[in-house]
Amino acid sequence: MGLLSDPNRRRALISLLTRLNTPICIVCYMAGVAWFMGLAFEPFTLRTYMSENAMGSTMVEERFPAGERALATGREFSAHKKRTGGMPVEWLMKTMQAKGLEVFTQRFSRTLPFPDENKERYMVRGTNVYGILRAPRAPRTEALVLSAPCSPGDNNNQAVGLLLGLAEYFRNQIYWAKDIIFLVNEHDLIGMQAWLEGYHHTNTTGTFCHSRGGSIQAALSLELSSDIITSLDLVLEGLNGQLPNLDLANLFYAFCQKIGVLCTIQGKLQRNDWDSVSGYSHAVQTMMLMVMKQASGRPWGDHGLFLRYHIEAATIKGVNSFRQYKTDATTIGRLLEGMYRKLNNLLERLHQSYFFYLMPSLSHFVSIGYYMPAFGLLAVILLLRALDLWVQLSTPPQRTEDGVTDIEPVRGVLSLLTPLVISHLTGVALYMLPIRFQEMAVEHFPVSETEAVVLTAIAVYTAGLALPHNTHRLLSGEGTEQGWRVLKLVAVLYLAVLLGCTALINFSLGFILALTLVPVAAFVTPHVPKVLSAFILVILSPACTLLFSVFFFQELQEMPISFQDGWLLFLSVISQGILDHSLYGSLVYPLITLLVYPCWLLFWNILFWN
Amino acid sequence: YVRGIFKNLHGWFINCLRYLFCCFQDRAGQFFSSGHTNNWAVLVCTSRFWFNYRHVANTLSVYRSVKRLGIPDSHIVLMLADDMACNHRNPKPATVFSHKNMELNVYGDDVEVDYRGYEVTVENFLRILTGRLPPSTPRSKRLLSDDRSNILIYLTGHGGNGFLKFQDSEEISNVELADAFEQMWQKRRYNELLFIIDTCQGASMYERFYSPNLMALASSQVGEDSLSHQPDLAIGVHLMDRYTFYLLEFLEDIHPASKTNMNDLFKVCPKSQCVSTPGHRTDLFLRDPGSVLITDFFGSVRKVELTMETINLTDPIEQLESAESGELQKEMHTYADQLPVSEIIHQKPKQKDWHPPDGFILGLWTLILLVFFQTYGVKHLKHIF
Repeated sequence: MGLLSDPNRRRALISLLTRLNTPICIVCYMAGVAWFMGLAFEPFTLRTYMSENAMGSTMVEERFPAGERALATGREFSAHKKRTGGMPVEWLMKTMQAKGLEVFTQRFSRTLPFPDENKERYMVRGTNVYGILRAPRAPRTEALVLSAPCSPGDNNNQAVGLLLGLAEYFRNQIYWAKDIIFLVNEHDLIGMQAWLEGYHHTNTTGTFCHSRGGSIQAALSLELSSDIITSLDLVLEGLNGQLPNLDLANLFYAFCQKIGVLCTIQGKLQRNDWDSVSGYSHAVQTMMLMVMKQASGRPWGDHGLFLRYHIEAATIKGVNSFRQYKTDATTIGRLLEGMYRKLNNLLERLHQSYFFYLMPSLSHFVSIGYYMPAFGLLAVILLLRALDLWVQLSTPPQRTEDGVTDIEPVRGVLSLLTPLVISHLTGVALYMLPIRFQEMAVEHFPVSETEAVVLTAIAVYTAGLALPHNTHRLLSGEGTEQGWRVLKLVAVLYLAVLLGCTALINFSLGFILALTLVPVAAFVTPHVPKVLSAFILVILSPACTLLFSVFFFQELQEMPISFQDGWLLFLSVISQGILDHSLYGSLVYPLITLLVYPCWLLFWNILFWN
Repeated sequence: YVRGIFKNLHGWFINCLRYLFCCFQDRAGQFFSSGHTNNWAVLVCTSRFWFNYRHVANTLSVYRSVKRLGIPDSHIVLMLADDMACNHRNPKPATVFSHKNMELNVYGDDVEVDYRGYEVTVENFLRILTGRLPPSTPRSKRLLSDDRSNILIYLTGHGGNGFLKFQDSEEISNVELADAFEQMWQKRRYNELLFIIDTCQGASMYERFYSPNLMALASSQVGEDSLSHQPDLAIGVHLMDRYTFYLLEFLEDIHPASKTNMNDLFKVCPKSQCVSTPGHRTDLFLRDPGSVLITDFFGSVRKVELTMETINLTDPIEQLESAESGELQKEMHTYADQLPVSEIIHQKPKQKDWHPPDGFILGLWTLILLVFFQTYGVKHLKHIF
């Protein structure tokens, strides 16, 4: 007889499962956390290597000579920018045309749902300028993009200067097999979004791009704000936690090593002492920074929006800190030239290396096959709990003292449906109300629109906590033992599916949510002490997880902040999340409000079942 | 006494003449020793894409050597799977270099490519070898060899144990190649054939040959990779493979009159230079490799010797008297077996895996069953029968 079809054995297994459920769950949780922490331990990681055969090694000869001229162009750009008070469109067009590119502009305008206090903009109007370097002998079927943002003030002038210098140098070479598009975008991400939509003809926040270069194979975004740098930082995280192909990071690292420029990721320098505690904690910090950035779902550089179109893109930031060894613009130009020559050799899009990975340092990575088990162990807890509940539900009800048993055939489903619907309606309210009622809130309260939106969100969130007492008054009578078990079974399975799907798309977000929500799901019943459990539940709710993450993120970046600043930062994070969703289509805000929060409310409901 | 000396001198002179005469006969013998009258070359590069620049450079350098040594374009079938000279990524258009610092442009200005781009397929290659081409195929795309042709076949690209990859989408196996050569033999399409292959695990490609008069060279043994030689930073790719690089250097020293033989060719690119171990196979070849000149395959040599000596051909031609008509003389004629194939080929008997005899297995199972039923009781037996 098979293991599961033999009733004796099945009974033995089930009793094992129900007896040892809690210990196994605890062990799994510890194992999951330990596995995750162990990912940063260097012997468990792999060294990065170039997977794409066409890109080969770094054997090109870089000959870019004109770094100083590029910086002079950058200074000119900065002067013109000050004069026009925005993007110096005519000057850029003239300069690009003088260098031999085909120049086009794109106008765009966007109204944010509410003013963005971080960047101080509400109704945005701008122009993107892009010049296309046509490949001398190739058909116009493929393109590469080099972009630099036009930022207000003194930022990124050198980036635009270097971009123009490289454009002039690239124009004199004959070995380009793809068109190269040099893009200067205004209003960073909003401009980039408008340009991408216009290029791919997907939406109409701006006008369509007049001229194209074919399908874009790879893109690099430059951020350079000083004449001399000490290190180059690579930013990979994009919208919704999407990452470019690891080969792009490998290419960057290979060239950094060849040219001898100091390269970092997450702003942290690589260390060689992996077996010491401080070395290990350094790697853990780097990895946690990447996890935090990925979980936030925002694009952390102008490159972040390219990834959605399956264009591998990364941002290279020049950092000037207090170090002895300085690198000049010519060297950065050579590095970019080498990278573009290698990308030029590509025959297909980058696909040979990993798309899902974590990097504890620039030369080591952990692929999805290695980090998924950490999440899997957490998800197993939910499945074990579900099995336990299923067993409890299917054992015949014990006879009460007077021999009357409760019979709950059909009523179970109906009583189940009510909490579900109400929780989800609360979620929908949390999603829609803040933006819709900001005018009303501004009328009645002395707050700005942004504050109104954020505070409405928090208000709706807290109001949801008061629900269980209300739903029970709606129902006839109180809940039963069967009722809460069924609800918990459904909730646990719902959470498992939700977290699983989230972890597939954005592992960091799924893992962080799992870390806090899985213990909630596992231990909550109506019979645990109410006040303590309520407190723990609130601490582990998504909003508080976000609050703690904000503080943790600041700690990791070695810029710890006080509680007031942290609270303000928390509010701005919420507003940025809502803005990201409406501007670029980030999925974190709808996920939390429409799916995770209702799920958490179900558990809150279970806690107050009686 | 003087008469004696004169007689001696005369005798010595006659001996000298005889010796020279024998020399001439020997040289004349040598003149007729290699049985070929024309040379062909089939040079194939099987891989496309810019990063396989070195395979095209390999093939073109062999083409260049072969042409320099006298084989005309009409007798060379050149198959290149991709166009490197006019690739968009080539910073020096219309050139293919084989040495770094761009010393030697093997593309030249008189290259004639017969099969280009997607025309280089396994099917086309086999059709060239066996001659089964549609009637509309132009002459430049045919291998019009006969039974007196020495053919050089050079293959390069990416390969593995027993196969060679064509164009990133198909493969030719060593069995197919051996069968193609056997077809060529049976159709008398070659006199002798030299097969050179420069790929990873190239020796596996000539393992299966079984037709006579084949000599094969490969750049690496089974399980070894053939390595590329040197990158050029300005162009950004590796320019040549090691084996062909040293082969080219070796061939640059060969001129149409050189007497270098195959044993020197086998020594090209030892392990210290090539990292892989080149291999060769001569067991199917009738002549001793030491007596085979390089120019027998790589060049098209017309050796002309002017001599004033008369050479006696053995078996003087006699005119037969015509038979009387009326009586038909019937004689049984049989074709002489010119090339007794069965004697030449020594094939190793195929090693079959050893199986224990069937009866043994049956007996063993019967024994097991009997022991089983003995221990557990005979009453179970009736459940079976």
